[in-house]
Amino acid sequence: MKRYNIRIAGVGGQGVVTSAHILGNAMSAAGKYATLVPFFGSEKRMAPVEAYVRVSDQPIYEVGEVVYPNVIMIYHPQVITHGKSYTMPFYTGLKEGGMVIINSDADIIPDEDRKVLEELDARIFYIPATQIAREIAGTELATNMAMIGLFFGITKLVSLEHIEKALIERFLGGTFVASGGTTALDSAIEKKFKKKQELLAKNMEVIKYTIRMAEENAWCEEEEEKIAT
Amino acid sequence: MVEQKVVDPDYLILEAPRERKFITGSQAFAEAIKRANVDIAIAYPITPQSETMHLVGDLWAQGYVKDYYRAEEEYGAMSAIAGAVRGGARAFSATSGPGLLRGLEAIVSWPGHRIPAVLGVMTRVVNAPLSIQPDNVEIAYLLHSGLIVLHAENQQDVFDFTLAGFPISEKVDVYLPVVVATEGFFVTHAKGYVELPPEDMKLPPRDPYKAPVPPTDCEIPPARIQRDAPVQKSNFMSYLIHAVWQQEVWSANERARKWIKHYLGGLVEVVNPKAEVFIVASGCAAAQGREAQRYAEMEGLNVGLVKVKSIRPFPAQELREILKDAKAIIVPEHNIVGWLCKEVKAVIPNGERVVEGPRVYGGMTLPVELIMDEIYRVLGIKKEKKTLV
Repeated sequence: MKRYNIRIAGVGGQGVVTSAHILGNAMSAAGKYATLVPFFGSEKRMAPVEAYVRVSDQPIYEVGEVVYPNVIMIYHPQVITHGKSYTMPFYTGLKEGGMVIINSDADIIPDEDRKVLEELDARIFYIPATQIAREIAGTELATNMAMIGLFFGITKLVSLEHIEKALIERFLGGTFVASGGTTALDSAIEKKFKKKQELLAKNMEVIKYTIRMAEENAWCEEEEEKIAT
Repeated sequence: MVEQKVVDPDYLILEAPRERKFITGSQAFAEAIKRANVDIAIAYPITPQSETMHLVGDLWAQGYVKDYYRAEEEYGAMSAIAGAVRGGARAFSATSGPGLLRGLEAIVSWPGHRIPAVLGVMTRVVNAPLSIQPDNVEIAYLLHSGLIVLHAENQQDVFDFTLAGFPISEKVDVYLPVVVATEGFFVTHAKGYVELPPEDMKLPPRDPYKAPVPPTDCEIPPARIQRDAPVQKSNFMSYLIHAVWQQEVWSANERARKWIKHYLGGLVEVVNPKAEVFIVASGCAAAQGREAQRYAEMEGLNVGLVKVKSIRPFPAQELREILKDAKAIIVPEHNIVGWLCKEVKAVIPNGERVVEGPRVYGGMTLPVELIMDEIYRVLGIKKEKKTLV
């Protein structure tokens, strides 16, 4: 059984909840399984946001926030450096042999935290996701896409076509139920890209880039390597 | 709106081909209402129920639900449901936590007034300090009034229990309201796979004359006892009428068993019936228990799960039989009082076998790891943990 319990921590406006939906939809498109729970606090720009996703090749029964993750994705360095997080410290509950993906162009983990992570035998991946988003999509709003791409690049859970299907469902489909705040943000994104089609293409480019990044760095996992308990 | 044809409830619920969708619990409620031929939906918004009733409002705009309005508050909403049902309509409402308690005076009078309806309860903290998270202590307030109370584990249960709730509720030998409770957010706002029958089919309309009592005649109970309350007679008439009336309500509640078995496959679901240790749980706690059972099995431990689908009627006999050889019984819950634990202890011998927990409070998630800790403890297994919590 391949199973990842993911906690995503970021700040308001980064598309944390959106990317949780896309992760789930991509798994669904691949005929696999996913469940997700967004954290419902007050939604505002730059305030802490957490979302939780469980993905697996087997049915998932468990619900609720992921308290004991084996994957932690940090969308904003301030989650670590400023403690902008509902979960402090950021690695709380991380299981042995888990992974941490951090959006930062520099090593930002304090020494005492690094010691804990080493004891837990955690794999840590740094990725300048915001920089990649800015360079390839021309906006840092695609930061979440860079993070998703790297996760799927490492885990090989789904293929590109499944990710694209998930993006189409999220950005072009009419089935998504968004909160008022998210709808407002969507229209801001749309204005920036003029056309939704263009948004989709740019997002896919970012995702392809970070998947390649995982491959080039040999970060990809073997099939059936991870078994969560 | 899709043109819908009326089909037999047994066909729609048990036999029709189903298609798998990835939807939220709120959408699952709405998909059930879409196929339930509902005459009227009345509610007052409260988080986390609002999304469901918003979607039901959309169904009204599309023509699937014949009438819909937002009441002045929950007391008004639940009283209006009683009025609409008394008038012959099929009605749906939903509420959460504080809203449920605000409407409770009207709701607990429904069984005695023989009001067949379906009420969605998306749990939310009711005790202070205030929170919108899915603590489920409110279900305890629903257990002593004759309501049928089903507790949904996931989005699929939400759909199945809600759709089946209407025929169960309207059976002449039942004729009681059905509550479909589920945890707010964990189920209502999260997506899961739901097998749905075709949307071009719906239940037959409610037939108000197919009732144990005529629906609108004010000279005959139940309308008579509302218009002309026994309290206006002698005290002893009042006691007598109350006794026979409530005994009949609870007998009707018991008679719902066969219909719950018919439409939902039983009051309980058992995984690994020969287990040494059982997890007994309802709602989302059953989902967490199901995961724990799977992990225990992967570790070679003989652990089973009993999911309690129906809290009222309560599966007393089933539990006595399934748990007769259990060494330990773990009852994980999403509330501080442990209402399910008390129910289980009350119906089985050797109650000291029951582990009172794990419990989480204030609507926190119930980590599977907490259930695993109890499994290890009752089996005498020691585990070393490095994880910081």
